[in-house]
Amino acid sequence: MKETNEHEHHIVGPGVYVVILLALLLGTGLTVWASFLELGPWNPVIALAIATTKAILVVLFFMHVKYSTKLTKLTVFSGIFMFLVLISMTLADYISRAWGSW
Amino acid sequence: MPDNAAIAHDARESANAADKANGAHLEHPDYLRHHFESVEQQADTTNFAMWLFLLTEVMFFGGLFTAYLIYRNWYYPAFVAGSHQLDVVWGTLNTVVLIASSFTMAMGVWCAETRRRRGLMLCLSLTFVLGLVFLGIKTIEYHEKWEKHHVPGLHYSLRSFTDPQSDPEIFKEYHDKALMPDMARHTEIYFSLYFAMTGMHALHMIIGIGILAFMIYRAKAGAYTSGHVTFVENFGLYWHFVDIIWIYLFALLYLISRHQ
Repeated sequence: MKETNEHEHHIVGPGVYVVILLALLLGTGLTVWASFLELGPWNPVIALAIATTKAILVVLFFMHVKYSTKLTKLTVFSGIFMFLVLISMTLADYISRAWGSW
Repeated sequence: MPDNAAIAHDARESANAADKANGAHLEHPDYLRHHFESVEQQADTTNFAMWLFLLTEVMFFGGLFTAYLIYRNWYYPAFVAGSHQLDVVWGTLNTVVLIASSFTMAMGVWCAETRRRRGLMLCLSLTFVLGLVFLGIKTIEYHEKWEKHHVPGLHYSLRSFTDPQSDPEIFKEYHDKALMPDMARHTEIYFSLYFAMTGMHALHMIIGIGILAFMIYRAKAGAYTSGHVTFVENFGLYWHFVDIIWIYLFALLYLISRHQ
Protein backbone atom coordinates (compact mmCIF):
# COMPACT_ATOMS: atom_id res chain seq x y z
CA MET A 1 0.00 0.00 0.00
CA LYS A 2 2.96 2.25 0.45
CA GLU A 3 2.97 5.04 -2.12
CA THR A 4 6.19 5.17 -4.00
CA ASN A 5 8.11 8.36 -3.61
CA GLU A 6 8.83 10.11 -6.86
CA HIS A 7 12.39 10.94 -6.02
CA GLU A 8 15.34 10.28 -3.87
CA HIS A 9 16.39 13.37 -1.92
CA HIS A 10 18.30 15.35 -4.53
CA ILE A 11 21.31 17.28 -3.31
CA VAL A 12 22.04 20.42 -5.35
CA GLY A 13 25.76 21.12 -5.31
CA PRO A 14 27.86 24.28 -4.94
CA GLY A 15 28.55 24.47 -8.68
CA VAL A 16 24.89 25.12 -9.49
CA TYR A 17 24.63 27.67 -6.67
CA VAL A 18 27.68 29.60 -7.88
CA VAL A 19 26.31 29.76 -11.44
CA ILE A 20 22.94 31.01 -10.16
CA LEU A 21 24.65 33.56 -7.89
CA LEU A 22 26.57 34.94 -10.88
CA ALA A 23 23.41 34.99 -13.02
CA LEU A 24 21.53 36.90 -10.29
CA LEU A 25 24.36 39.44 -9.92
CA LEU A 26 24.45 39.85 -13.70
CA GLY A 27 20.67 40.38 -13.70
CA THR A 28 21.02 43.03 -10.99
CA GLY A 29 23.72 44.82 -12.98
CA LEU A 30 21.61 44.66 -16.15
CA THR A 31 18.47 46.01 -14.52
CA VAL A 32 20.32 48.93 -12.91
CA TRP A 33 22.03 49.70 -16.24
CA ALA A 34 18.68 49.53 -18.07
CA SER A 35 17.16 51.98 -15.56
CA PHE A 36 19.66 54.62 -16.74
CA LEU A 37 18.42 54.34 -20.34
CA GLU A 38 15.55 56.40 -21.65
CA LEU A 39 13.08 53.75 -22.83
CA GLY A 40 9.71 55.32 -22.07
CA PRO A 41 7.07 52.68 -21.32
CA TRP A 42 9.67 49.91 -21.74
CA ASN A 43 11.56 50.86 -18.58
CA PRO A 44 9.07 49.17 -16.21
CA VAL A 45 8.56 46.27 -18.64
CA ILE A 46 12.29 45.52 -18.76
CA ALA A 47 12.74 45.97 -15.00
CA LEU A 48 9.87 43.57 -14.27
CA ALA A 49 11.03 41.07 -16.90
CA ILE A 50 14.52 40.94 -15.35
CA ALA A 51 13.07 40.74 -11.82
CA THR A 52 10.85 37.84 -12.89
CA THR A 53 13.77 36.04 -14.53
CA LYS A 54 15.77 36.42 -11.31
CA ALA A 55 12.80 35.21 -9.23
CA ILE A 56 12.38 32.13 -11.47
CA LEU A 57 16.09 31.28 -11.07
CA VAL A 58 15.79 31.56 -7.29
CA VAL A 59 12.64 29.41 -7.20
CA LEU A 60 13.99 26.70 -9.52
CA PHE A 61 17.51 26.35 -8.13
CA PHE A 62 17.94 27.96 -4.69
CA MET A 63 14.50 26.72 -3.67
CA HIS A 64 15.04 23.36 -5.42
CA VAL A 65 11.68 23.36 -7.22
CA LYS A 66 13.36 21.99 -10.36
CA TYR A 67 14.31 18.90 -8.32
CA SER A 68 11.12 18.67 -6.26
CA THR A 69 8.13 16.35 -6.36
CA LYS A 70 5.29 16.95 -8.81
CA LEU A 71 3.15 17.92 -5.83
CA THR A 72 5.49 20.78 -4.95
CA LYS A 73 5.75 21.91 -8.57
CA LEU A 74 1.97 21.92 -8.94
CA THR A 75 1.56 23.78 -5.63
CA VAL A 76 4.00 26.52 -6.59
CA PHE A 77 2.59 26.88 -10.08
CA SER A 78 -1.06 26.95 -9.01
CA GLY A 79 -0.32 29.43 -6.22
CA ILE A 80 1.40 31.87 -8.56
CA PHE A 81 -1.29 31.34 -11.19
CA MET A 82 -3.95 32.12 -8.56
CA PHE A 83 -2.08 35.30 -7.62
CA LEU A 84 -2.02 36.39 -11.27
CA VAL A 85 -5.76 35.67 -11.59
CA LEU A 86 -6.47 37.81 -8.53
CA ILE A 87 -4.31 40.68 -9.73
CA SER A 88 -5.86 40.63 -13.24
CA MET A 89 -9.40 40.57 -11.86
CA THR A 90 -8.65 43.48 -9.51
CA LEU A 91 -7.08 45.50 -12.31
CA ALA A 92 -9.91 44.62 -14.72
CA ASP A 93 -12.34 45.96 -12.13
CA TYR A 94 -10.46 49.24 -11.67
CA ILE A 95 -9.85 49.76 -15.37
CA SER A 96 -13.50 49.18 -16.26
CA ARG A 97 -14.83 51.63 -13.67
CA ALA A 98 -14.17 55.25 -14.58
CA TRP A 99 -10.44 54.75 -15.15
CA GLY A 100 -8.81 58.17 -15.51
CA SER A 101 -11.57 60.20 -13.88
CA TRP A 102 -10.50 60.22 -10.25
CA MET B 1 -4.44 -5.22 3.06
CA PRO B 2 -5.87 -4.43 6.49
CA ASP B 3 -4.14 -7.61 7.67
CA ASN B 4 -0.81 -6.35 6.38
CA ALA B 5 -1.36 -3.00 8.01
CA ALA B 6 -2.28 -4.69 11.25
CA ILE B 7 0.80 -6.90 11.09
CA ALA B 8 3.00 -3.90 10.34
CA HIS B 9 1.38 -2.06 13.20
CA ASP B 10 1.93 -4.98 15.56
CA ALA B 11 5.52 -5.23 14.42
CA ARG B 12 6.07 -1.56 15.07
CA GLU B 13 4.38 -1.77 18.46
CA SER B 14 6.54 -4.66 19.54
CA ALA B 15 9.62 -2.92 18.17
CA ASN B 16 8.65 0.17 20.15
CA ALA B 17 8.19 -1.94 23.24
CA ALA B 18 11.65 -3.39 22.67
CA ASP B 19 13.03 0.11 22.18
CA LYS B 20 11.50 1.29 25.40
CA ALA B 21 13.20 -1.61 27.09
CA ASN B 22 16.48 -0.56 25.50
CA GLY B 23 15.82 3.12 26.02
CA ALA B 24 16.25 3.94 22.34
CA HIS B 25 14.60 3.79 18.94
CA LEU B 26 16.31 1.15 16.91
CA GLU B 27 14.16 0.54 13.86
CA HIS B 28 14.03 4.13 12.55
CA PRO B 29 15.79 7.47 13.01
CA ASP B 30 14.51 9.32 16.06
CA TYR B 31 13.49 12.31 13.93
CA LEU B 32 10.98 10.25 11.94
CA ARG B 33 7.56 10.95 13.45
CA HIS B 34 5.39 7.89 13.90
CA HIS B 35 2.57 9.11 11.68
CA PHE B 36 4.86 9.07 8.63
CA GLU B 37 5.76 5.98 6.66
CA SER B 38 9.29 7.03 5.82
CA VAL B 39 11.79 9.83 6.13
CA GLU B 40 11.16 10.75 2.47
CA GLN B 41 7.42 11.01 3.03
CA GLN B 42 8.01 13.19 6.09
CA ALA B 43 10.39 15.45 4.16
CA ASP B 44 7.98 15.79 1.21
CA THR B 45 5.11 16.59 3.56
CA THR B 46 6.94 19.35 5.42
CA ASN B 47 8.21 20.74 2.11
CA PHE B 48 4.63 20.87 0.81
CA ALA B 49 3.44 22.57 4.01
CA MET B 50 6.23 25.15 3.82
CA TRP B 51 5.22 26.02 0.26
CA LEU B 52 1.59 26.42 1.32
CA PHE B 53 2.78 28.89 3.97
CA LEU B 54 4.87 30.74 1.39
CA LEU B 55 1.84 30.99 -0.91
CA THR B 56 -0.09 32.76 1.86
CA GLU B 57 2.89 35.12 2.02
CA VAL B 58 2.69 35.65 -1.75
CA MET B 59 -0.96 36.68 -1.32
CA PHE B 60 -0.07 38.94 1.60
CA PHE B 61 2.66 40.84 -0.25
CA GLY B 62 0.57 40.55 -3.43
CA GLY B 63 -2.08 42.78 -1.88
CA LEU B 64 0.55 45.44 -1.20
CA PHE B 65 2.00 45.13 -4.71
CA THR B 66 -1.48 45.48 -6.23
CA ALA B 67 -2.20 48.59 -4.16
CA TYR B 68 1.12 50.03 -5.32
CA LEU B 69 0.31 49.25 -8.96
CA ILE B 70 -3.10 50.94 -8.83
CA TYR B 71 -2.00 54.02 -6.88
CA ARG B 72 1.03 54.45 -9.10
CA ASN B 73 -1.27 54.66 -12.11
CA TRP B 74 -3.65 57.03 -10.34
CA TYR B 75 -1.12 59.46 -8.93
CA TYR B 76 1.67 58.88 -11.42
CA PRO B 77 3.54 62.24 -11.08
CA ALA B 78 3.54 61.95 -7.28
CA PHE B 79 4.86 58.39 -7.43
CA VAL B 80 7.61 59.36 -9.85
CA ALA B 81 8.67 62.27 -7.63
CA GLY B 82 8.52 60.03 -4.55
CA SER B 83 10.62 57.37 -6.24
CA HIS B 84 13.28 59.96 -7.13
CA GLN B 85 13.89 60.39 -3.40
CA LEU B 86 15.27 56.84 -3.18
CA ASP B 87 18.97 56.26 -3.64
CA VAL B 88 19.67 53.69 -6.37
CA VAL B 89 23.18 53.07 -4.98
CA TRP B 90 21.87 51.95 -1.60
CA GLY B 91 19.14 49.94 -3.30
CA THR B 92 21.61 48.16 -5.59
CA LEU B 93 23.99 47.48 -2.73
CA ASN B 94 21.18 45.97 -0.66
CA THR B 95 20.09 43.80 -3.60
CA VAL B 96 23.64 42.46 -3.93
CA VAL B 97 23.84 41.86 -0.15
CA LEU B 98 20.56 39.96 -0.14
CA ILE B 99 21.44 37.86 -3.19
CA ALA B 100 24.77 37.00 -1.53
CA SER B 101 22.91 35.99 1.63
CA SER B 102 20.60 33.75 -0.42
CA PHE B 103 23.71 32.12 -1.89
CA THR B 104 25.28 31.51 1.55
CA MET B 105 21.94 30.11 2.75
CA ALA B 106 21.76 27.73 -0.23
CA MET B 107 25.33 26.65 0.54
CA GLY B 108 24.25 26.12 4.15
CA VAL B 109 21.58 23.68 2.99
CA TRP B 110 24.20 21.85 0.96
CA CYS B 111 26.53 21.69 4.00
CA ALA B 112 23.70 20.25 6.11
CA GLU B 113 22.89 17.66 3.45
CA THR B 114 26.51 16.62 3.14
CA ARG B 115 26.98 16.69 6.94
CA ARG B 116 29.59 19.46 7.16
CA ARG B 117 29.05 20.94 10.60
CA ARG B 118 31.70 23.66 10.41
CA GLY B 119 30.67 24.60 6.87
CA LEU B 120 27.04 24.83 7.95
CA MET B 121 27.92 27.09 10.89
CA LEU B 122 30.03 29.31 8.63
CA CYS B 123 27.25 29.59 6.02
CA LEU B 124 24.56 30.31 8.60
CA SER B 125 26.78 32.91 10.28
CA LEU B 126 27.52 34.63 6.95
CA THR B 127 23.78 34.67 6.15
CA PHE B 128 23.16 36.14 9.60
CA VAL B 129 25.76 38.89 9.09
CA LEU B 130 24.58 39.72 5.57
CA GLY B 131 21.01 39.96 6.91
CA LEU B 132 22.21 42.48 9.49
CA VAL B 133 24.11 44.45 6.82
CA PHE B 134 20.89 44.65 4.80
CA LEU B 135 18.98 45.98 7.80
CA GLY B 136 21.80 48.44 8.55
CA ILE B 137 21.61 49.91 5.04
CA LYS B 138 17.83 50.02 5.31
CA THR B 139 18.21 51.96 8.57
CA ILE B 140 20.44 54.54 6.85
CA GLU B 141 17.78 54.97 4.17
CA TYR B 142 14.95 55.23 6.71
CA HIS B 143 16.94 57.78 8.70
CA GLU B 144 17.31 59.95 5.62
CA LYS B 145 13.52 59.84 5.08
CA TRP B 146 13.05 60.79 8.72
CA GLU B 147 15.37 63.78 8.45
CA LYS B 148 13.68 65.04 5.28
CA HIS B 149 10.20 64.66 6.86
CA HIS B 150 9.18 62.02 4.35
CA VAL B 151 7.66 59.66 6.92
CA PRO B 152 3.86 59.71 6.42
CA GLY B 153 1.88 61.02 9.36
CA LEU B 154 4.93 62.31 11.26
CA HIS B 155 5.34 66.00 10.32
CA TYR B 156 5.24 65.03 6.66
CA SER B 157 6.64 67.78 4.46
CA LEU B 158 5.72 68.44 0.81
CA ARG B 159 8.57 70.88 0.30
CA SER B 160 10.77 68.57 -1.83
CA PHE B 161 7.83 68.13 -4.21
CA THR B 162 6.21 71.57 -4.38
CA ASP B 163 9.63 73.26 -4.50
CA PRO B 164 12.11 70.72 -5.96
CA GLN B 165 15.00 73.20 -5.92
CA SER B 166 14.85 73.23 -2.13
CA ASP B 167 16.20 69.65 -2.37
CA PRO B 168 19.38 70.29 -4.43
CA GLU B 169 20.83 66.76 -4.28
CA ILE B 170 17.74 65.24 -5.86
CA PHE B 171 17.14 68.21 -8.15
CA LYS B 172 20.54 68.13 -9.80
CA GLU B 173 20.02 64.46 -10.68
CA TYR B 174 16.42 64.52 -11.91
CA HIS B 175 15.43 68.18 -12.57
CA ASP B 176 11.88 67.46 -11.42
CA LYS B 177 9.22 70.07 -12.10
CA ALA B 178 7.26 71.37 -9.11
CA LEU B 179 4.04 69.48 -8.39
CA MET B 180 0.75 71.22 -7.63
CA PRO B 181 -0.01 70.88 -3.91
CA ASP B 182 -2.95 68.48 -4.45
CA MET B 183 -0.73 66.13 -6.48
CA ALA B 184 2.26 66.66 -4.17
CA ARG B 185 0.28 65.48 -1.18
CA HIS B 186 -0.16 62.10 -2.89
CA THR B 187 3.57 61.51 -2.42
CA GLU B 188 2.49 60.63 1.12
CA ILE B 189 0.71 57.59 -0.37
CA TYR B 190 3.91 56.65 -2.17
CA PHE B 191 5.85 56.78 1.09
CA SER B 192 3.08 54.98 2.99
CA LEU B 193 3.38 52.10 0.54
CA TYR B 194 7.19 52.39 0.57
CA PHE B 195 7.28 52.02 4.35
CA ALA B 196 4.55 49.36 4.43
CA MET B 197 6.29 47.19 1.83
CA THR B 198 9.92 47.63 2.86
CA GLY B 199 8.85 47.58 6.52
CA MET B 200 7.01 44.25 6.19
CA HIS B 201 9.97 42.95 4.24
CA ALA B 202 12.34 44.14 6.98
CA LEU B 203 10.13 42.48 9.62
CA HIS B 204 10.49 39.21 7.71
CA MET B 205 14.25 39.73 7.71
CA ILE B 206 14.29 40.39 11.47
CA ILE B 207 12.29 37.20 12.13
CA GLY B 208 14.62 35.31 9.78
CA ILE B 209 17.72 36.64 11.54
CA GLY B 210 16.25 35.55 14.88
CA ILE B 211 15.68 32.02 13.55
CA LEU B 212 19.21 32.03 12.07
CA ALA B 213 20.65 32.80 15.51
CA PHE B 214 18.70 29.86 16.93
CA MET B 215 19.91 27.61 14.09
CA ILE B 216 23.56 28.61 14.55
CA TYR B 217 23.24 27.72 18.24
CA ARG B 218 21.68 24.35 17.40
CA ALA B 219 24.05 23.65 14.50
CA LYS B 220 26.98 24.01 16.89
CA ALA B 221 25.64 20.96 18.72
CA GLY B 222 25.42 19.10 15.39
CA ALA B 223 21.63 19.27 15.16
CA TYR B 224 21.32 19.48 11.37
CA THR B 225 24.32 17.47 10.26
CA SER B 226 23.16 14.01 11.29
CA GLY B 227 20.74 13.40 8.40
CA HIS B 228 17.78 15.53 9.47
CA VAL B 229 17.99 18.66 7.34
CA THR B 230 14.29 19.59 7.09
CA PHE B 231 14.51 22.64 9.36
CA VAL B 232 17.49 24.15 7.53
CA GLU B 233 15.94 23.35 4.16
CA ASN B 234 12.57 24.93 4.96
CA PHE B 235 14.17 27.96 6.56
CA GLY B 236 16.15 28.29 3.32
CA LEU B 237 12.86 28.42 1.40
CA TYR B 238 11.68 31.23 3.67
CA TRP B 239 14.91 33.17 3.27
CA HIS B 240 14.90 32.84 -0.53
CA PHE B 241 11.27 33.92 -0.60
CA VAL B 242 12.18 37.10 1.28
CA ASP B 243 14.95 37.62 -1.29
CA ILE B 244 12.42 37.35 -4.15
CA ILE B 245 10.16 39.94 -2.51
CA TRP B 246 13.12 42.33 -2.38
CA ILE B 247 13.99 41.70 -6.04
CA TYR B 248 10.51 43.01 -6.94
CA LEU B 249 10.58 45.84 -4.38
CA PHE B 250 13.90 47.03 -5.80
CA ALA B 251 12.53 47.08 -9.35
CA LEU B 252 9.20 48.70 -8.47
CA LEU B 253 10.26 51.25 -5.86
CA TYR B 254 13.74 52.24 -7.03
CA LEU B 255 14.11 51.57 -10.74
CA ILE B 256 11.02 51.96 -12.89
CA SER B 257 10.42 55.71 -12.39
CA ARG B 258 13.91 57.06 -12.92
CA HIS B 259 13.25 58.62 -16.33
CA GLN B 260 9.69 59.83 -16.06
